[in-house]
Amino acid sequence: MTNSVEMKKSVKKKKIASLDKRKARAGWVFVLPFIIGFVLIYLPILYESLSASVTYRNKIDGVWVEKFVGFTAYTEAFLGDQVGGQTFGQVLLTGVSEMILDIPMVLLFSLFMAILLNQKMAGRAAFRAIFFVPVILSTGIMESIDAAALDSYMGSTEGIDDGSGESAADSIVSAMDVQKLFSGMAIGEGMLKYVTDTINNIYDIVNRSGVQMLIFLAGLQSISPAIYESVQIDGATAWETFWKITFPMISPMILVNAIYTVIDAFTTESSVMTYINLASQQLPEQGMAISTAMSWIYFLVVILILALIAGICSAYVFYQKKN
Amino acid sequence: MNAQNLESKPKVRKETKNKIKVDFERTPLKERLKAKFLSGFFLKKVIWWIVRYVLLIGVAYIVLFPFFSKISASFMAKVDFTDATVRLIPKHFSLEIYKQIWIEQEYVRAFTNSLTLALSTSLIQTFICSFVAYGFAKFKFKGNKTLFMLVLLTLIIPHRTLASAMKTIFSGFDVFGIFGFLGGGGISFFDWKFTNEALAGIDIFPQEWTRFTAGGLDLLNSYWPFILLSLCGLAFKNGLYIFLLRQFFMGVPDELEESAYIDGSGVFRTFFTIILPLSIPMMVTVFLFSFSWCWTDNFYTSNAMFFPDSNSAPYLLTTDIGSKIPTTLTDSNFAAVTLYEGAVKNTGGLMVIMPLVIIYVFCQKSLVQGIERSGLTAD
Repeated sequence: MTNSVEMKKSVKKKKIASLDKRKARAGWVFVLPFIIGFVLIYLPILYESLSASVTYRNKIDGVWVEKFVGFTAYTEAFLGDQVGGQTFGQVLLTGVSEMILDIPMVLLFSLFMAILLNQKMAGRAAFRAIFFVPVILSTGIMESIDAAALDSYMGSTEGIDDGSGESAADSIVSAMDVQKLFSGMAIGEGMLKYVTDTINNIYDIVNRSGVQMLIFLAGLQSISPAIYESVQIDGATAWETFWKITFPMISPMILVNAIYTVIDAFTTESSVMTYINLASQQLPEQGMAISTAMSWIYFLVVILILALIAGICSAYVFYQKKN
Repeated sequence: MNAQNLESKPKVRKETKNKIKVDFERTPLKERLKAKFLSGFFLKKVIWWIVRYVLLIGVAYIVLFPFFSKISASFMAKVDFTDATVRLIPKHFSLEIYKQIWIEQEYVRAFTNSLTLALSTSLIQTFICSFVAYGFAKFKFKGNKTLFMLVLLTLIIPHRTLASAMKTIFSGFDVFGIFGFLGGGGISFFDWKFTNEALAGIDIFPQEWTRFTAGGLDLLNSYWPFILLSLCGLAFKNGLYIFLLRQFFMGVPDELEESAYIDGSGVFRTFFTIILPLSIPMMVTVFLFSFSWCWTDNFYTSNAMFFPDSNSAPYLLTTDIGSKIPTTLTDSNFAAVTLYEGAVKNTGGLMVIMPLVIIYVFCQKSLVQGIERSGLTAD
C-alpha cells in the first residue's frame, strides 16, 4: 500500500518538461556533433594558427624556443622582405580587386544561364546535365593539371596549311574585334580591357559559376507561376516582367551568390594564397609566422568585403512576406 | 422539344464555331501560312529560339571541349603528336597511355584507396550534416542563431589559412591530454606537472600502435583526420552543406512532424523514418558534392597536409595518378615532349574523374531535383 503511494508520489514529483523545453533539448542533441567538433577540434586549430602568427620560433642548441612577439609578424608581412619581386601589399591589392571585378561577371553569367535553362524547350535536361558538369569536376585535380597547352593545341588550326594562308585566332574573341565594337562608345580603356578579359576567360567563368547557377535555378523555380500569369493578364511585357517580378524575387539569391562567389574565390587557389605559400617556403626566418599572419590579414580583408557586399545588397534585397 | 432546345441555347456557340471553321477552310493555305509565319510574334519567337540555342550550344561546347580534346589525345599514339595534321582525331589509335597508367601507377590500388576514403567521408558528411542541419532548422533553442553563425564562420575561414595549424593538431591529436598521457607523455596543468614515467616504462600498447606518442595521437598518414573532421561537420565545405540542408528542412511543413509526434513518435524516430526518406534528393545532391570534392581533392591528401608519405604505396590515391607521369612514358628525346607529357597527365586526370562521370550520369536527375526542391528562398 505504502509502496504504491510512494510510487505515485514519485511519478507526480517527476515533472515532465514542457514541450518547448524538450524540443530545445532535442535541438541541442541534433547540433551536438558540431559543437563537440568545434570545441575539441576547430578551436584548437584556430588557437594554434593564431598563436603561430604571434610567436617566433627559433632553434637554439637544437631546442625550439618560442617567443611571443605580438603583431610584429603582421607588420613584417607588409614591410618585410619581398617574395618573388612583389610585396604582399601589391599582391593583396591585385588579388582582391580581381576578386571584386569577377563577382558581377559570374553573377550575370549564372543568372542569365539559369533563366535560359529555366525555360521550356527541347533538350533542356541534356543542357542542364552538361552545365552542371563543372560543379562536379572543376575542383582539385582537374584544376591542377595544366591542360591549357593541350587544349589550345587541339583547338587551334595553327600549323595546318589549309591554303588560306591565315591561321585562326587562338583566343575566342580577339581584343581587336571588341575594340572595333566599342570604339564608338566612350567607355574607356579599363572597361574595354575588363570586357575582353572576361570574354577570353569565359571557360574560367563557366567553371566557377556552376553552384551559383544551381542556386539561381532553385530561386527561379520557387517563384509562383500565378504571379507571372496575373502580370501577363495585366499586359506586362517580358522586359517589365523580368524587372518587376523575377529580379526582386531572386534578389536574395543574388546576395547569397555574391557571398558564395567571394568565399569560393577565397577558399580555392588564388594568386594571394600562392604568394603566401611561397612566402612560407622562401622567407629565410620566421616564414611560418609571417605567412600565417599574411593569411589572417587576407582573411580579414575578405571578411570586410563580405560585410560590405552584404550591407549594400541587403538594402536592395526584397523579401517576400509569407502569408 | 429537344430540337427547340438545341436551337435556342447552344446554337449561338455552334454557329460561331462553325463560322470559324468555315472561315478557316475558306482562307487559302498560302494566306494562312502568311498569317502564321510572317507576323512579328513569330519572328520574335524564331529570333529568340536561335539566340537561345546558339548561347546554350556555345557554352555547352566550352564546357565539353576540354574533355573531348583530352579523350582524343589519350587515344593517340606517340607518332601523332609530332604530326601537325593530326588534331582532334587520332590517326594511330593506341591504348599505350592507359595501359602504362593502369599497370605502373597501380590504378586498381589507388582506386580502392580513394574509394574507401571518399565513400566513407562523404557518407558520414551527408548524414552528419543533415543531422545538424535538421537541428538548426526545426528546433528553437537558445543560441541557435549564434551556433549557426559559427557554422558559417567555419565555411568562410579557408582551410588553406589553417593548413599548417591543422597539420600540427592532427600530428599530435589530443583531447584534454588523455591520449598523450596514454602514449607516455606527461600532463601539465599550469604549475602542476605529472609525468607518468611509470606508464611509459610499462608500454601498455603493442609495438604496432605507434600512433600513440607523448604528444598525443599521431593521426597523419591515416584516414582519421578526414573522418574526425567529417564526424563533426568541419570538413571541406561542410558549412555549405549544412546551409543547403537547413534551407531544405525549413521548407518541410511543420505539420508533418507534429502529426508524427501526436501519433507517439519521438523526435529521432520522426527524423529517421519521416524526414530522411523525404529528403533523399537533397541528400543525394550533398553526397554528390562531398564525394566528388573528396575524390578530386589533392590539397588535404598532399605531402604538405595529412599524407606526408603519400608517395609510398599504401597511401596511393587516384589524385596522385593525375599529377605523375609513368617512367616508361617519359622520353626527353622526343620532339613534342611537353605536348605528350600533357596528354599523359590529362589521361591520368581522365582516369581519375571517370568514376565521377559515371556517378554523375546516374545521379544527375536528383542533383537538379534536390536543388529545385531545396526551396532556397528568402529567410
